Amino acid sequence: MVVTILDVAIGGIMLGGIYALIAMGFSLQYGVARVLNIAHGEFIMLGAFITWTLYTVLGINPLLSLVIVGPAIFIIGFILQRTLFTRLRTSSPSPGAYEASSLLAAFGLLFVIQNVAILIWGADIRAYAYLSVPVNLGGAIFAANRLVALLFAVVIGVVFYLFLARTRMGKAIRAAAQDAATAGLMGININQVLALCFGLGALLAGVAGLLISMTFSFQPTMGLEYTIIAIIMVVLGGLGSIPGSFIGGFLLGLIGHIVTYFEPGLTLPSYYFIFTLLLLVRPTGILGK
Amino acid sequence: MNIKRVISRGLFSLGLPLLILILLATLPFYAPGYTAILLSSIFMYVVLTVSWVIFSGSTGYISLAPAAFFGVGIYSSALFGNELPLGIVIGIGGIASACLALLVGALTLRLKGIYFAIFTFGLVMLIAHLLLFWEINITGTRGRFVVLVDYNTIYYVMLAIMVVTLLTSFLIRRSKFGSALQSIGENEEAAVHIGINVTMFKVIAFAISAVFTGAVGAIMATRWTYIDPFIAFNPLYSFMPVLMAIFGGMGRLYGPVIGAAIFSYLEEFLITKFPYYYMLIFGIILLVAILYLPDGLVGLVQKLRRRITGGKYANTGR
Repeated sequence: MVVTILDVAIGGIMLGGIYALIAMGFSLQYGVARVLNIAHGEFIMLGAFITWTLYTVLGINPLLSLVIVGPAIFIIGFILQRTLFTRLRTSSPSPGAYEASSLLAAFGLLFVIQNVAILIWGADIRAYAYLSVPVNLGGAIFAANRLVALLFAVVIGVVFYLFLARTRMGKAIRAAAQDAATAGLMGININQVLALCFGLGALLAGVAGLLISMTFSFQPTMGLEYTIIAIIMVVLGGLGSIPGSFIGGFLLGLIGHIVTYFEPGLTLPSYYFIFTLLLLVRPTGILGK
Repeated sequence: MNIKRVISRGLFSLGLPLLILILLATLPFYAPGYTAILLSSIFMYVVLTVSWVIFSGSTGYISLAPAAFFGVGIYSSALFGNELPLGIVIGIGGIASACLALLVGALTLRLKGIYFAIFTFGLVMLIAHLLLFWEINITGTRGRFVVLVDYNTIYYVMLAIMVVTLLTSFLIRRSKFGSALQSIGENEEAAVHIGINVTMFKVIAFAISAVFTGAVGAIMATRWTYIDPFIAFNPLYSFMPVLMAIFGGMGRLYGPVIGAAIFSYLEEFLITKFPYYYMLIFGIILLVAILYLPDGLVGLVQKLRRRITGGKYANTGR
């Protein structure tokens, strides 16, 4: 019994770690760059597939390919924000109109990325075995890759938080999140900062994809479900709050894992149940204003 | 001269749709059977797109729920198609969808628009998962057969639903209700201040748009013969109307119709041969339309017309 509880709890925290990265990335893109990035899950998928290709074709250690996957996806995100979304932002008459048109543009991206991925990698479900040796944690047994994934998720999350809280660039990002126009007047290159945020958001998604590929199976159409989960996590933590999304991610991972233990078919409905409850009781989320 | 122009224009805008309607109504008598099948697909997309525009086009709230209503219609057909006559089944599909819309609308439409978009985005997947759970654990089935209906009946029912949808959309555009929706889209706070009950108007418009989507789902199911939760609740049917409406342009009633017609025709040819390329093209066109055609084909036509007539006026020295 104790072992079962431990099993579910630790498993939930491990899932939560990956979820937290996804949620932080999404929150950064919505909270600062004002793009409700429906294509977020596609960056996760890209991360997973690039890692898989590097591992199976070139034999590169998945953890080592972090330094390839991260920057590659960051650049894609950065360029997208600099070209597509900046153009939309400057041509939109109001922030509300930009929110709508960027949502629709992200929609288009979803289709482009997903189908390019299918054309490159095929539509099959993939998986590979890496660090799958069992580790015993007080009676509960886990694959080592899950522990490594959790460790990486926490380290990346903390580093990221410190970057936002302590550095000059982080301060600029927080200023842009509060009021982009005023931040621009204070001498912050707003296009650069927003592009950085979108790129970093994509990077976090890509890294989460890398960690997912080590522990779960993946396929080109998996993005949509992760995006839905990301959105719910971010609402749970408070739309626009990055620490909130980190907490929301862990919380939902834990809840999801517990529900999956009892009834896998109800995982997504349980997320939605939480979401509905939240909308009724506290739409601003845990840490929202 | 002006009066003459107004009259001829009135005749044109009344006569042309009537002529098209007569042509479409008599079509099965002279055209090959395949044309009717192709046209019923086009009608389906026209209904999906126009009903999406009824709500989202005017209020600016992006609904990603059409597939949910469509699926509810499909399931109504699967559940009641064997016992009840077709007309009643379609009615059930429409009403059930409207009830779902009322529920979702009451829950999310009092909040900021972004919550609505978010909620509707996952709604389709939620229902599909719940239904699958229900079918596996409670009824012990997976998937259902739908009663068959011949192609001509489908064609005429589809045509009728499309005509009603277009008429409704036309009348809403002309009514006070439509102006209220428009003002919500332009500035919601101002709309509140001039005394519009914005939440109620939004919820009602959302429910109206759901009725037609559900009805068209109920009739379309009879063509598919076999359905399961993931066939019925396919997110694609949420995405298509959005693309078609944006590509066609929402400023005029004919915009979404043209957008839907072009894309369903394209789909018919491409999706069986190159499904992934089709979806890729779909995404690229959406991006291009958002970037370069913010008002869709309608906006393009209006711009061209203004340029031509503008030139004429300049020549006559006015």
